[in-house]
Amino acid sequence: MAPASANQFGYHDFTLGDFSFRRDEYFAHLKWPGGSHIAPVDKFLKALMRDVAWNFFYGIVNFDEVFGTLNHYGNVDVFAGLYNAGYRAQKKEFLQNFPSDEVRELFSAMLDDWTNEGFDPFAAPTETGSAFGPKRGNNTVAVTRARVTAKRMAGLKDDTPLRSDADGHLVNRHFADVDQTEPKVHAEPGFEGEVHAFNFFAYLSRSDVTWNPSITSVVKDSLACPTTEEFILPIIHGNDRVEWFVQLSDEITWDVSDRDTGAPRARITMKAGDVAAMPADIRHQGFSPKRSMLLVWENADEKLPELYASGKLKPNPVDF
Amino acid sequence: MEKAHTIFASLDNFQKGSVQPINDDPRNYAFSNIFEVASKAEPYEKIAVGKNIKYVLEAIRADGTSPWFTASHDEAALVMDGEVEIRLVKLDETIVSDQHEGTTMLEGKPNGKRMGEIVARRGHMALLPKGAAYQFHAAKPGVILLQTIKGDLTVERWKDICQK
Repeated sequence: MAPASANQFGYHDFTLGDFSFRRDEYFAHLKWPGGSHIAPVDKFLKALMRDVAWNFFYGIVNFDEVFGTLNHYGNVDVFAGLYNAGYRAQKKEFLQNFPSDEVRELFSAMLDDWTNEGFDPFAAPTETGSAFGPKRGNNTVAVTRARVTAKRMAGLKDDTPLRSDADGHLVNRHFADVDQTEPKVHAEPGFEGEVHAFNFFAYLSRSDVTWNPSITSVVKDSLACPTTEEFILPIIHGNDRVEWFVQLSDEITWDVSDRDTGAPRARITMKAGDVAAMPADIRHQGFSPKRSMLLVWENADEKLPELYASGKLKPNPVDF
Repeated sequence: MEKAHTIFASLDNFQKGSVQPINDDPRNYAFSNIFEVASKAEPYEKIAVGKNIKYVLEAIRADGTSPWFTASHDEAALVMDGEVEIRLVKLDETIVSDQHEGTTMLEGKPNGKRMGEIVARRGHMALLPKGAAYQFHAAKPGVILLQTIKGDLTVERWKDICQK
């Protein structure tokens, strides 16, 4: 039975500053002073899942062409139409700034309330149930997954653990042919904690989520964030710094547009072994016809957004 | 049930994608392919295929026995093709100061205690720990992707490796 304050479909309404959020069987309805927006609820929940799990990530998380968040690392702009040339031309954009904790708390509650039993916003479409219909149960376990963030390297003592059948990380159906053999590691006595290697591809083959970069190895601010991808990146990521992609297996196509206007700039097809930079002034969305392995490589230096925004750093990573 | 077929690439078998510009210069994306770069490289030449301010990803052709290397910070080696043995020695004394970043090549065999060995194949990632010396050995050509910091040995030849 739905709580007293829930609507006729069993879902609660939420408000954040002057934004309001309501869902029905098929859609998320958003309102703000002077505007409103409607989004398919499955798409909205997939974007909301990433925004919450990534703690607003690096730069802009566009849920779609209208709504999204801009991370200021401690506080967050929640916006409508801010990165939409049509809205901007008519001065119809709207944004409010909030402490990050306030947005994360509200978004987490909305995500949990609006996610039905059987629907996993992190899963590939063919590996999850439907997001639609009236409220039925929940999937709190799925929507509260902690993002994997290795401190040094996955599998080291006191670091993020490797994945196995025993802990529920089964090999994904698309990666059933990925070799699961671990490297041969011989450590002399006293060096067991430092002589370390693991099967990185096997680790990825056991990922139960899509489009969710997780930190696996760290060199100071250099973070290797591999992820497995299938179908469409549920957000359009707007960069506040350069990031790099290394296609480890299979193929992804990226649509790249101007970060601020959305005007198309390029389309990039990446096959196994390809490397490409995503400049600091673009937005991008990926399409992966089959589950693939992608290494997202980030520089977590907290000074970078300001250096790029002020023009002290060029948006492209290298000149030649 | 569908049969899984994961496409990995290798020195002998890779296909490149591309940047299709709409309103942009492909050079902004520094698009290259690790296997193509390694196929044209000298053994253990450290060619940057990714650069993010001071950090780099280097494509390395593993072929034969490398010199000994060390760094003042951790590095991470991902074997992308072939089989690579990694020999590790704990250095008796600090050879590279903390301020000196990137990989440093050592003269001859380092002095120190043997830490152990790793035999890594395609898809395996190994830690090259701070303060250790390491040497690669590959009986047949292979490829390593190294997560490190730009250093004295980093080779930048973007014009030669990237789509223009």
